[in-house]
Amino acid sequence: MALSVLHIQHLYWRAGFGITKNDLQSVRELTVEEHVDLLFKKSDFKPLKYELSKFHVNLKDLSKDERKALRQEANQTMIKLDLHWMEHMVATKGVLREKMALFFHDHFAVRLKNPVVCLDLLNTIRKHSLGNFGEMLMEVSHSPAMIIFLNNQQNKKAHPNENFAREVMELFTLGRDNGYTEEDIKEAARAFTGWTINKRFQFQFNPRVHDTGNKTILGQSGNFKGEDVIRILLEQKQTAKYLCEKILKFLLGVPAHQEDVDRCAELFYTSDYNLEVLLKSIFTSDSFYDSKYIGKKIKSPTDLLVGLNRQVPIEYKEPKVILQIQRRLNQVLFFPPNVAGWNRDQGWIDSSTLLFRMKLPSLLLNFGVIEWQPDETLSEEMIARLNNQQEKLQKRTEKKIQAYPNWEKCAENFDNSIENLDTFLLQTLPVSIDIQPDDDLKTRIIKIMSTPEYQLC
Amino acid sequence: MERRDFLKNSVFASGVVLIPSFLKGMQFINPEKLSGYRNVIVIQLSGGNDGLSTIIPFQDDIYLKNRPNIGLNENLFRLSDELYLNSHCRELKELYDNGEMTIINSVGYPNPNRSHFRSTDIWHTGSSSDQFLKNGWLGTYLDANCESSFQGIQFDSELSLILKGKNLNGISVTDPKQLFNTTREPFFKNIVEHLDDEMLTEDNQGYLYKTLVDTYSSAEYIYDHFKTYETQSEFPNNQFGNSLKGIAQLISSGLKTRVYYTTLGGFDTHVNQLNAHNALMKTYSEGMGALVKELKKSDRFKDTLILTFSEFGRRVKENGSKGTDHGAANNLFIVGGGLKQPGLYNGKPDLENLDDNGDIRYEIDFRNVYATVLENWLQADSRMILGKEFEKLSFV
Repeated sequence: MALSVLHIQHLYWRAGFGITKNDLQSVRELTVEEHVDLLFKKSDFKPLKYELSKFHVNLKDLSKDERKALRQEANQTMIKLDLHWMEHMVATKGVLREKMALFFHDHFAVRLKNPVVCLDLLNTIRKHSLGNFGEMLMEVSHSPAMIIFLNNQQNKKAHPNENFAREVMELFTLGRDNGYTEEDIKEAARAFTGWTINKRFQFQFNPRVHDTGNKTILGQSGNFKGEDVIRILLEQKQTAKYLCEKILKFLLGVPAHQEDVDRCAELFYTSDYNLEVLLKSIFTSDSFYDSKYIGKKIKSPTDLLVGLNRQVPIEYKEPKVILQIQRRLNQVLFFPPNVAGWNRDQGWIDSSTLLFRMKLPSLLLNFGVIEWQPDETLSEEMIARLNNQQEKLQKRTEKKIQAYPNWEKCAENFDNSIENLDTFLLQTLPVSIDIQPDDDLKTRIIKIMSTPEYQLC
Repeated sequence: MERRDFLKNSVFASGVVLIPSFLKGMQFINPEKLSGYRNVIVIQLSGGNDGLSTIIPFQDDIYLKNRPNIGLNENLFRLSDELYLNSHCRELKELYDNGEMTIINSVGYPNPNRSHFRSTDIWHTGSSSDQFLKNGWLGTYLDANCESSFQGIQFDSELSLILKGKNLNGISVTDPKQLFNTTREPFFKNIVEHLDDEMLTEDNQGYLYKTLVDTYSSAEYIYDHFKTYETQSEFPNNQFGNSLKGIAQLISSGLKTRVYYTTLGGFDTHVNQLNAHNALMKTYSEGMGALVKELKKSDRFKDTLILTFSEFGRRVKENGSKGTDHGAANNLFIVGGGLKQPGLYNGKPDLENLDDNGDIRYEIDFRNVYATVLENWLQADSRMILGKEFEKLSFV
């Protein structure tokens, strides 16, 4: 049976960044299984590329000034990587891979100003985001980014550093206070001693600082290395449960029912942490389409921005405007606040971010103005004055924003129709939108996107 | 097609403008006389203030030995035999002499983190260094003790973690008039006027509406007060001065706000710090001087406590670029009209017994300071807000 339009949109919002009216026409008759297969089929993996060779130098060969210049260049390049990934998310057909990569970008949160290791980690995550979680965990643990960020280079037999051992249990697998002790952390830290990186930013095992003694971790004893700890953590059913809880909350927007978590955890564990199996099961389940989940998730700033840009193509003459928007909305890619990731869901929303989110469509699409209907009581002179003010405001805003929407392309996305734009762009009923019968496509879109309901998907 | 019909009705129906009952209540409250209504201003010196160039132990040999290029030893203001105040802090010296300032040395926490972001989070949430909390200590205070966003105000374009509660967030303002005008744009006004009590449900949608209504009504409430009062003192003409001026204006106008937060940035002085740091000291001191002067004029100083912290101090030994690197424990300042123990609260920092990084070890946990402010000043339950019991200090 074909999915309803509302359910297709729901699926595309949670598995991607929404769908255009035009694209929707071509998938309208598909069954839910066909939709999900198509989402996977379109999301094949290609590494995200960016020219970074200038950072592959030995810092010792550089003068102090050269090092400083390189550091500044690295900071700038981090911004470029952020924008590069954003652009990719707006343009790609493989939305499911990027959506799950965003989940794991937050799950394995790393905040560094080293573009080489950050891009490497992102591609590791993207490579596995629809594949096997166990392999992703192992590769992420070995990644130079994680080793640098959680100080494993300082983790040596003589002075163990517990940072990675603690976070791998608390944040990446079992979840805080879920069946491990301080003693397990200490012992695991010993197993991770010797994990370091070389000058070419590659993983390296240094046997000289590795603690070869016997360790007891979560009830198992042996002469363990770091890889054994990862294996032991994956053997715990709690790892599958913690991951499923978090993935379900990400996809549903609110905490899932316990029976759904248990069902998914069982499947995830018995499939050896196969993300494709898990996601297909979630997206084809009846409970995923329960009305209590539809239109109830608060979009992340990335969902909001990418979703908007996919409906209305925009040319940014000053791409850094996107960075400024991300900052105002509290989600700059590659810069999560800390290892625990972003403050998600309701955490995205406060008075400033909500007002800014509601101003954003008019800023990007009409230099800050939402068209309005003059009150009948206003004199013509007054209306002229207000219009004049508005034009000045738009000129000022244009200088700052420099974003130019392509309304022709946008009209194609909407099949050149202005009918029912509200039910199409919103997943939930709006309280009120003051749309006038003679409002054109542009004005209607801006108004619909400037509502509190557009923050939900 | 039910959904579509409903939309048509709601979108195009003209007609009754509903004013939700929560708005009615707020709009017509007459601000009472607020004598005795206590508030707190929290100021963060962002970037990691070099406490050793602020409160200077210049007679300690270790100090000048570690600071051959940037150590301060001239024209300092004497606080005690051992400690001196930076020469650019004339206004602070006055406060100190008047018994309106308490200086607490060596404040920090176990296992100090030297990342700006992480350590700021720790200070904002009142967490331990291995704990990741999603709510700030002032936000949690709002949750437990306040009804509306405007009771926690940040002078900034964005809201920091410190003012984010579970149920209630503070509000950030740079320009109360502009905030008011934005919320009153016809399109947004129309949305708010169509909201009613039943829509403020517990789910995410209800949360968005609550935030919107709260912002809408707070913006009006703040602006209505703000415009009734003109500050009379001269505030320094910089961003920090403007923020303090705004805060003074709001407090003096009788706004029922409990907590204010603002920052002064630029303290990350890794390179050539001497002049840069002195300039920052001047900005901070002048701003504080003007703020206190204004609050005295409006007779609100006795009800105000100003807490200044930085996310960490800086390394005792200067680096190779005539600057200092990230450190650990640091001094913290309390300014107010009702201090019980003004002056130097404790001894000078112990420069002999530094930690492995060469940083000052903490003697007083910052959460003891928070607990004291919450319990002894705001009469709030510090145990509930900070998650556990912290011993109270005696400065208020």
